[in-house]
Amino acid sequence: MSALTGTGGLIRLILRRDRFLLPTWVIWIAVVPLGFVGATESLYPQAADRLQYARTTGNNPTFLALYGPLYDTDLGSIIAQRSGFIPVVIGLISALTVVRHTRTEEEAGRRELLGATVLGRGAGLAAALIVTMAANLVFAALLTAGMTAQGLPFAGSLAFGLQMAAAGCVFAAVAGVTAQLSEGAGAARGTALAAVGVAFVIRMAADVGGAGNSLSWLGWASPLGWTNRMRAYDGERWWTLALVAAFIAALVAAAGALSERRDLGVGVLPPRLGAAEAPRRLSGPFGLGWRLQSRSLYGWLAGFVALGVVYGAVAGGVEDMVRDNPDLREIFARIGGSSAITDAYFASVMSILGIIVAAYAVSATLRLRTEETGQRAEPLLATATGRLRWASSHLVFALLGPAAALAAAGTAAGLAHGLDKGDVGGVLPRVLGAAMAQLPAVWLVGAIALALFGLAPRFTAAAWAAVGVFALITLFGASLNLDERVLDVSPFTHVPKIGQDFTVTPLVWLVALAAVLSAAGMAGFRRRDLSAH
Amino acid sequence: MTANTPPISVSGLVKTFGRTRALDGLDLTVQAGEVHGFLGPNGSGKSTTIRILLGLLRADAGTVRLLGGDPRRDATELHRRLAYVPGDVTLWPNLSGGEVIDLLGRMRGGLDRRRKAELLDRFELDPRKKGRAYSKGNRQKVGLVAALASDAELLLLDEPTSGLDPLMEEIFQECVREERRAGRTVLLSSHILSEVEALCDRVTIIRKGVAVESGTLAELRHLTRTSIDAELAAPPDGLATLPGVHDMQIDGTTIKFEVDTPQLDAALRRLTEIGVRSLISRPPTLEELFLRHYKDELQEAGL
Repeated sequence: MSALTGTGGLIRLILRRDRFLLPTWVIWIAVVPLGFVGATESLYPQAADRLQYARTTGNNPTFLALYGPLYDTDLGSIIAQRSGFIPVVIGLISALTVVRHTRTEEEAGRRELLGATVLGRGAGLAAALIVTMAANLVFAALLTAGMTAQGLPFAGSLAFGLQMAAAGCVFAAVAGVTAQLSEGAGAARGTALAAVGVAFVIRMAADVGGAGNSLSWLGWASPLGWTNRMRAYDGERWWTLALVAAFIAALVAAAGALSERRDLGVGVLPPRLGAAEAPRRLSGPFGLGWRLQSRSLYGWLAGFVALGVVYGAVAGGVEDMVRDNPDLREIFARIGGSSAITDAYFASVMSILGIIVAAYAVSATLRLRTEETGQRAEPLLATATGRLRWASSHLVFALLGPAAALAAAGTAAGLAHGLDKGDVGGVLPRVLGAAMAQLPAVWLVGAIALALFGLAPRFTAAAWAAVGVFALITLFGASLNLDERVLDVSPFTHVPKIGQDFTVTPLVWLVALAAVLSAAGMAGFRRRDLSAH
Repeated sequence: MTANTPPISVSGLVKTFGRTRALDGLDLTVQAGEVHGFLGPNGSGKSTTIRILLGLLRADAGTVRLLGGDPRRDATELHRRLAYVPGDVTLWPNLSGGEVIDLLGRMRGGLDRRRKAELLDRFELDPRKKGRAYSKGNRQKVGLVAALASDAELLLLDEPTSGLDPLMEEIFQECVREERRAGRTVLLSSHILSEVEALCDRVTIIRKGVAVESGTLAELRHLTRTSIDAELAAPPDGLATLPGVHDMQIDGTTIKFEVDTPQLDAALRRLTEIGVRSLISRPPTLEELFLRHYKDELQEAGL
C-alpha cells in the first residue's frame, strides 16, 4: 500500500462535503474582477482619463499599499491593480480549506475512522491539497475566459488568472505544513493565517512607494509580491510562475515528509502542558467564559483595529479619487462638497463594519450552542450553576464584545483619518460616533441568534443566514434598486447615517426589539431540554 | 430531608423524544447509603433518567424527587449536594485536566484538595495535560476525580468506567467502596454486570424505559434458578418430571440442569436418593438474571 492509496476516495468525500462551499467561493470571487472591467471602462473611457487616474488615484499610497503597484495605464493593468486584494482573500480561503480537511478532521477523530480503512498515510493531506489547488485553477480558468471574453488580451488574462491561483496554491501548501506542526486545528489555522498576514505586510511595505521604489526588492520576499510581479497585461513575466511552482513543490514535499514522520493526532511540535491547578479566576462560569472567549475577542479586536486603520487611511484617497473624476465630483458637489464625500464614505464603510461585528456577536452567542452540542455544558449545569448564569457567561461577550469592537475600529479609523487631515479633534468624534451608532443593530442580530438558541436550538444556523441576508441588503440593496420594504428588513438600514440629521428613535426601537428577543430566548432556554443534537 | 426519605424516588416517569418513548412509566428508588446498580443495555433509558434527575431534561409525566427536592425547580441547590460523571466526559481542548477538576469542584461549592491529589495519584492521571491530549479513558478519569474528590452526599455515575482499563476499573471499585463506607449514596448506571455485581447493594434492571426488576442481588437470585452439575451413582430417572426443573442434559451418570430456587430442595432430595458422587451448584449470575429479561429480544435477534 502506498502512502497515497485511497486519495481518490477522499477527494470525492471532500467534494461531497464542500459541494456548495467550493463553487460558491470560486464563482462569487471571480465575479468581482470580471465586474471591474465594465465599471472601469465606464468611469475612465478615454486613454487620457486613465492616464489621469494613473497619476492620481492609481498611485495614491493607500491604493499602492492595499493593492500593489500599477504597472501601466491600459485597462488590463488598472483592473489587475484593483484586483490586488483578491490574492489575499483566496489565500485565506485556500489555507482554511486545507486545515479544515486535514487537522480539523483529525482533531474530531473522523480521520481515525477512515484511517482504519484502506488509506495511505499521506492520502488525507494529498486529497485536501489537490482539491484546493484544483479549485484555484478552475478560478484561474474562469477569470481567463471571462476577461478574454470582455475583450482583454488572452496572454494577459491568463497571467492575471494564474497570479490569483498562484496565491491560493501557495497558501494551501503553507497550510499543509502548519497542519502537521501543531496538535490543534486552531493553532494550525492561526499559523497559516498569520503567514498570509506576514506575506501581505511585506508586500505592502514593498509597494507603498510605487513601482520601482527603493524597497521594491522586498516584494520578492513575499509570495503575494511574486504574484503581482508577474505583471499581467504588461509584458507578462512567465518565469515568476516557475518560482511559485518551485516554492509550492518544496512546501508540499515538506508537508509530506512531516506527515510521514508524525503519528496520527499529534503534531511535530510537542504539545505544551497546562497548569496542574486552576488559577483563582477560573472558579465559575464567568471565569470559564473569559477563558474560552477572550482569545477570540482579542483576535477580532486586532482585526477591527487594522480594518479601522485601513478605513481611515483610505478616506483621504477617496476624496482624491472623487476630485479627479468630474462626474463623481459633480454628484458630491450637489450633496454638500468634500465633507459629504467623506461622510458618505464613512457611512457606507461603517455599515459594512457593523455587519462584520454582527458576525462576531452571532459567533459569541452561538458558542452556547457549541458548548451544548459538544456536551461540555452538561457537567457545568450539573453543578450549582443555574442555566441563566451559565448563558450569561457567554452572552456578556455578545453584549460588550461588539461595543469594544466598534469602539476600537471607530477610534482607529478616526485617528488615521484625523492625523491625515491634521484635525483629530474634529474627525475622531464624528467617525467614532458613526461606528458606535451600529451597536443597536449589531445587538439585534445577536438577539436573533439568542432567540433561536432558546426557542429553536436546531435552527441556530439561521442566525448566520440572517447575517448573510442583512449583508446582501446593505451592500447591494440600493444598487439593485430593491423595494423599500425589503431594505427595511435589515436592521442596518435603520441606523442613522453620519452627516444626516441624527434621530435617536430608530436606535431605541432596535434596542427594545433586541431586548424582547433576548428575553424570549432566555425564557425558552430555561424551559427547554438540553440536547446534544 | 428526613433520615428515611430516599435520596432518589421516581415513579411513573415518562419521557418521549418525538415518537420515541424513552421512558415509559419508570419506577426507581435509591435508599440513603446504598450503592444502587442501574442496569440496562444501550438505549434502555438509563442516561435519560439521570439527565431528568439532574434537571437537564423535563419529565413528561410521573413524579421525581431528588434529595427531597424537585430536580428542576431546586436544581442549583440540589446540585451542591451531588456530583455527576457522564458516560462520555468531554473536555475543553485548551483547559488542562487539573483545571477542569478544580473548576467543576469550585462550581459545585467545594473540593477536598488532599483527596484530589490522592485520587490523581491512584488513577495515575497527569493533571497538566490539555483536554485534547487525553485519551478516552483519561478523560473519563478527569470526570471521576472531579466527582470523587467532592464532598457530595449523592453520586450519579452514568457508565463512568467506559474506556478504563481493568487495573483502573479495580481502583474505581475501591473508590466506590470507600464512598459507601463514608455513608454516601451512589447510583451507578452500567451495562458491565461484573462491576454491578461487585459493588451494588441493590439493583434495578431497566428495559425499554421500564424497570423490570428491582431488589437486592439475593432477592433477585431468589426469583430465579440455580444450576446444578452432578455425577450420580446410577443413571437418573424421574427427575425431568419434577416441578421447576429446566434445560436437563443427561450423559450416562452425569447430569446438568437448572432448577427454580423454590424447588431446589425437592430436586436435591431426589438426587441424594439416587446417590451423589460429586455436586457443583452455582447461584445464577447477574448475567443470567439480566439475560432472562432480554431473552425475547435475543431470540428476535436470532441469538
